[in-house]
Amino acid sequence: MRLPGPLAAIFRRPATPGVLAVFGHLDATLAAVAELRRAGHTEFTVYSPLARHELERALDQPTSPVRMWTLVGGVAGCAIGAWLTLYMSYDWPVQVGGKPIGSIPPYVVIMFEMTVLFGALTTLLGVLLNVLLAARHQGTIAYDPRFTNDKFGVFVPADAARAAAVESLLKRCAAEEVRRA
Amino acid sequence: MAQPPVTGTAPAPAPAPRVTYDYVTRAIARTLGQPSRGYYLLLGSAVTLLAIGIACLLLLLRYGLGLAGYSMPTYWAVYITCFVFWVGIAHSGTLISAILFLFRSGWRTAVYRVAEAMTVFAVMTAGLFPLIHIGRQWYFYWLVPYPNERGLWPNFKSPLIWDEFAIGTYFTVSTVFLIMGLIPDIAAARDVATGWRKKLYTITALGWRGTNEQWRHYRPAYLYLAALATPLVLSVHSVVSWDFAMAQVPAWHETLFAPYFVAGAIYSGCAMVITLLVPLRKLFRLEAIVTEHHFENLAKLVLLTGMIMCYAYAVEYFIAWYGGPRPERDAFWYRAFGPYWWAGWTMNVCNAFLPWLLWSKKVRTNITALFVISIFVNLGMWMERFVIIALHLAGEPFEPYVKHGYNPTWADWGIMAGSFGWFFMWFLLFVKNFPAVSIAEVKEELPPPARAAGGGR
Repeated sequence: MRLPGPLAAIFRRPATPGVLAVFGHLDATLAAVAELRRAGHTEFTVYSPLARHELERALDQPTSPVRMWTLVGGVAGCAIGAWLTLYMSYDWPVQVGGKPIGSIPPYVVIMFEMTVLFGALTTLLGVLLNVLLAARHQGTIAYDPRFTNDKFGVFVPADAARAAAVESLLKRCAAEEVRRA
Repeated sequence: MAQPPVTGTAPAPAPAPRVTYDYVTRAIARTLGQPSRGYYLLLGSAVTLLAIGIACLLLLLRYGLGLAGYSMPTYWAVYITCFVFWVGIAHSGTLISAILFLFRSGWRTAVYRVAEAMTVFAVMTAGLFPLIHIGRQWYFYWLVPYPNERGLWPNFKSPLIWDEFAIGTYFTVSTVFLIMGLIPDIAAARDVATGWRKKLYTITALGWRGTNEQWRHYRPAYLYLAALATPLVLSVHSVVSWDFAMAQVPAWHETLFAPYFVAGAIYSGCAMVITLLVPLRKLFRLEAIVTEHHFENLAKLVLLTGMIMCYAYAVEYFIAWYGGPRPERDAFWYRAFGPYWWAGWTMNVCNAFLPWLLWSKKVRTNITALFVISIFVNLGMWMERFVIIALHLAGEPFEPYVKHGYNPTWADWGIMAGSFGWFFMWFLLFVKNFPAVSIAEVKEELPPPARAAGGGR
């Protein structure tokens, strides 16, 4: 599909040159990550078919900001629930069952449900936006369909001058396949 | 592939295929291929049931709620029974996907997707019944909190409006949770699919590639969703139970109702997961991934909640006798020995006595036995809601005009059958088009492929 110029600049970014390695073993991938970090690489991407804590530890990334999205969404939802019930009660005051016009105990149910609803929706939004931002930062990088099946992968952005050094590093770490992309 | 025997007690099991990452991907992606005759047969039956339900509903629309057999004072009957039943079915899905996730129960990975899909479709089914029940369906938006022309707002002190918020939130959050879990698995299916499915999965995978940045945000988000869904699931059936417990009807006005309903919901929901998983596993040849071990654990959940049900029933009868008020005592006498004794005893046998069989490991590991028990559990749980709702309205002992004339009609049964058709139709369409077992999470339970050990491959 052809995209108009300004859209293509956003969605069809030129491929980032670099080296893509395919690993069949988790421990080899971990070794490669450690080696790359030791060699001063920070911008590389690791592909994995599943979440492994070993990889998270080896990469030592900062904590995801998604938790702030959940917190803010939950608190906002609770406040909206309180506002909704109290405002609507006082906007047209009707006494029901001899209870105060704005009676908090029954409204806690609504406040709780709104907390969960808004917390969940902002969590989803937080993941989508953060992942999108990360993808924008990475640009278009090489990928292999085996990375969602049984292979791990490492992509290191490198220009032609540095690619040879990266290649030999990855081969040393027992990559099954190393190719320039 | 050699198939292990279905029943657990059979001797000499066939050698199981070595379960590797690749095996998991292929076995689950295979379920998305060309449907078999058996699948079409099941789908056809579901659609037929749905057609019967729609025909009954159209007649109900034309001739009014009189067709539903309502008879003073029984104005809540089969439709509200079905509503509570389907909300209950929904519950174990979130229990298995969220609560067991927080408890780090590894066995949930093989069964949670089925349970979660079941949750979403069961809430979709449940949501239809208040609309059917109101009679004039074209006024359904009166349930929504908006100011009417006189500026009047809904009454937030009413449990019915709590219920609307609870069910609405539950449907939204469980859908979000299902979709979140699906994304990495759709990506895995995308990478082995061909043809139009490849296009479908390319769009629905939302660009998932399993990069470290994606996992970094995804993992904690999944945890927070689980943490939000856990109190939600406990709240939803509590709120449904308050629809009854806040009223003054004998046998409704009980503080026991919230935990009693939640336990009952999980009891029936786990049974429904077993009912769905047994044929699914056979149809899709997933015996190596969904094993006897998973069924035994589900059976243990049924046993636990079944024991809570047994206790709750005993307490209900005991307090009715011990507590004092005459109407309460009469209501429970009516439940056991009134004109609807058959409903009361079906409920007692299926929910309080039947689960005792599951103390035996032999029964827990016999999949045929579990399948049969799970169907009776669901029958019992439907009957429980019918007993609580219709029977205790019909038998209100202090109301002089009670006619004891309530009986469900063909329109009630037809619409109930239609709801089963509606639920199974969505479920069958889902399992054939999206991964019915989590691909990424089942792999978490396997030893990772390592150069040193040669594991995982």
